[in-house]
Amino acid sequence: MRAMATNSRREFIKMSALASGMLLVPNFLHGLDRSGLPLLASSNGKRLVVVQLSGGNDGLNTVVPYQNDLYYKARPTLAIPSREVLTLEKGLGLNPAMEKMRLLYDQGYVSVLNSVGYPNPDRSHFRSMDIWHSASASDEYLSTGWLGRYLDSLPAANHAAIEVDDTLSLALKGAQYTGIAVQDVKRFFQATNDQFLKQAAQAHAEEHAHHQVDYLYKTLIETQQSAGYLQEKTKVYRSKKDYPNGEFARHLKTIAELIASGVESRVYYASLTGFDTHVRQAGQQASLLRELSEGLYSFVDDLKQQQEFDNTVIMVFSEFGRRVAQNASNGTDHGTANNLFLIGGKLKQAGIYNEAPNLQDLDQGDLRYSIDFRNIYATLLNNWLDGNATSIISGKTQLLTGLL
Amino acid sequence: MKTLAREQKLQHLYWRAGFGIPFRNDQARSGIKSAVRELFKSSGQAAPLQVALPHTETTGQADAQNADMRQKRQRERQQGFVLLNNAWLTQMATSQAQLREKMTLFWHGHFACRLREPRFALLQHNTLRQHALGKFPDLLLAISKDPGMLQFLNNQQNRKQRPNENFARELLELFTLGRGHYTEQDIKEAARAFTGWSYNPQGEFVFRARQHDRGQKTFMGKRGNFNGEEILQMIVENPRTAEFLTSKLYAFFVSEVPNPERIKALSSYFYETGYDIPKLLEKIFTAKWFYGTDVVGSKIKSPIELLAGLQRQFDVRYTDSRSPLVLQRALGQELFRPTNVSGWAGGRNWIDSSTLAFRLRIGPALLQDAALEVNLKPDDDTEPTAPRKRRQDGLRTVRAKASLSGLHQQLQNVKDRELIEKLSQKLLQVPLQPETAALLTQHIPAGATHDDKVTLLTLRLLSLPEYQLC
Repeated sequence: MRAMATNSRREFIKMSALASGMLLVPNFLHGLDRSGLPLLASSNGKRLVVVQLSGGNDGLNTVVPYQNDLYYKARPTLAIPSREVLTLEKGLGLNPAMEKMRLLYDQGYVSVLNSVGYPNPDRSHFRSMDIWHSASASDEYLSTGWLGRYLDSLPAANHAAIEVDDTLSLALKGAQYTGIAVQDVKRFFQATNDQFLKQAAQAHAEEHAHHQVDYLYKTLIETQQSAGYLQEKTKVYRSKKDYPNGEFARHLKTIAELIASGVESRVYYASLTGFDTHVRQAGQQASLLRELSEGLYSFVDDLKQQQEFDNTVIMVFSEFGRRVAQNASNGTDHGTANNLFLIGGKLKQAGIYNEAPNLQDLDQGDLRYSIDFRNIYATLLNNWLDGNATSIISGKTQLLTGLL
Repeated sequence: MKTLAREQKLQHLYWRAGFGIPFRNDQARSGIKSAVRELFKSSGQAAPLQVALPHTETTGQADAQNADMRQKRQRERQQGFVLLNNAWLTQMATSQAQLREKMTLFWHGHFACRLREPRFALLQHNTLRQHALGKFPDLLLAISKDPGMLQFLNNQQNRKQRPNENFARELLELFTLGRGHYTEQDIKEAARAFTGWSYNPQGEFVFRARQHDRGQKTFMGKRGNFNGEEILQMIVENPRTAEFLTSKLYAFFVSEVPNPERIKALSSYFYETGYDIPKLLEKIFTAKWFYGTDVVGSKIKSPIELLAGLQRQFDVRYTDSRSPLVLQRALGQELFRPTNVSGWAGGRNWIDSSTLAFRLRIGPALLQDAALEVNLKPDDDTEPTAPRKRRQDGLRTVRAKASLSGLHQQLQNVKDRELIEKLSQKLLQVPLQPETAALLTQHIPAGATHDDKVTLLTLRLLSLPEYQLC
């Protein structure tokens, strides 16, 4: 590196720290917040992992109402035969591809919430996902996400949420703070490790007359620092657990490594894609559900070994379910209400949380919702993350009792 | 207030009213007044965007049942959006009618529809383009009768027996009055007035008289057997509509920090001129405050401004037609695919750690023909994820050719010690800090040719956060 122009001794020290790789701990990933409390401690050490199933997972073939004739009538070639279903309770059972999920269920780690949705459901993937991410009503448009607003609500500045991906989901964007998207810690570090930019950012530490310039530099410095911090932190620990092949499991493994390395983020986010099964659904969905449950099983196992499972709740959701009746291509079209999983070591109530979906009383061929997803968010925020749902979720919410 | 050099002012005008000044042109040394005049003159004509879309036959019920046919249609639609996207972005970068392009982009974000059929998207685009610089009431009427709009906001299902309020609600909330300036009852009554507003498969507006509710309605305190046209008329007669639109235009063209005093004066003027869009814009572009240091360089470029600007300044040519779309999606603004009916939130919403890091790499990468890789999130509405290829589906590589010859030419007589200053003035809309300039000096290799120095410095400057502002 060339000699650096420095204004002051202070800056010189900052820059040499950077140059020697002894990275300053970024404010927003700092183990200590301004009042000197560990970040995770202020949520009682608890964290949330969100798993998004993109494309609209067919809930009826995931948690199967195998004792309901209406289900078999609506799906002559797509219904899962009752003898193949992995039975749970209340007339429901899992898709045969979800053996590992059943193992989790049997250990009392899984809660199944049926008929989750919202009023006036939207059938566009994008818009419905937008609604789930922003926690808006279907005729309301918000430019921030529910977890982003949770970050905004935290007393100390700059707390982190991490999404394992290249781009950040709306869910993690707040007005003041946003999560960071990291697909691969090493690659993230390399991509932000341009020496010229690091020097430019350091030279910019002082206030600039243009507030937008300041804002961009602040974001840049935070990104560089968090990339360095994550790189430092995760350098040592490598998970020894076996995970199945595939990107999704790799992403869960990354999350487990971040957690085990002592990164104190409260929220993690990962996605599994490909659930838009209009055509020849059976094989495609089965392989996805297998990938999901095997990945989650390894993840839970890993966390348990690290003594971190009791502090973790995993929420698995999709933007909508599918129509009750199958279509003519051995698939299903976009529907409405759907089931949702909560997985954790310390659930107050594991098992099937509420009644199986009502297949008799449909809304033009679609399931009616009985739990508004925003009530689940509110419950997670209030009862798990020690947040205040009223300031984060607009409209009236009602906490789900006995769950967390 | 510090005054800017004329050249800086011109750059500012062209970044805000268009997509920057191309370096290949030897820009006329005109004053602001005549530049503004020229801007309106070159945008006077509304030539439609011409795109030859793949021929899609009307899908019958039988086709819809057929899985292969369905996938074929989907591919055609996807291809259609790639064509539309490329065509418009290229036009933004190359057209003389800069203001019309910019204004069409504004209306695209204002009347934000995410349509399924590229054919309807093109129709709608050309409606916006045609009225972009006219009078707002004409634009409002045309877009309210646009098949894409009617489809997107479910007016096709709005019938006398079973009114659908979707269009009426967004009309009042997002397109004209804004939240808090109407009642739920106004929405219900307006919805009744738009019953029967429909379209046929050819994409023509059709008024279905039998589905129209001719009964008496009470809208914003007035009673009558109002039809849709009359509702629109009453909405524009309300000065609140002028205020709402002016605030949005101010945020788009001037600053996201509202200035109530300026907005009030502008909106009265807008209202008095019968919502004359060019007159309002002229007022803005010729105002002294428009060139104030609190305005110049205070906006974060939208992804489209960033990409169209790079293409305009450096003749960027993408080697693959999907590339511009990939960049747009990675940055959060894809033409023809607005986030939702409220449009793109803009401003600091464009920025998070990953989009900023990606933005800083785009300029240098495009100029060096270096590959940019990004994993995209799926868009199952237009491009259903192929289950078996899923893992490769998201990963996209972008490559492009670009040229710096215009910049080389413009700077060929600039002495070394002035190079950084001159170049940063051309590329950045905010002053470069002395520390950064000093840092740049260290990065110029002593033995390099003049052109190479320009190139190296340009790459550095484009990687700075300052380049993200306009």
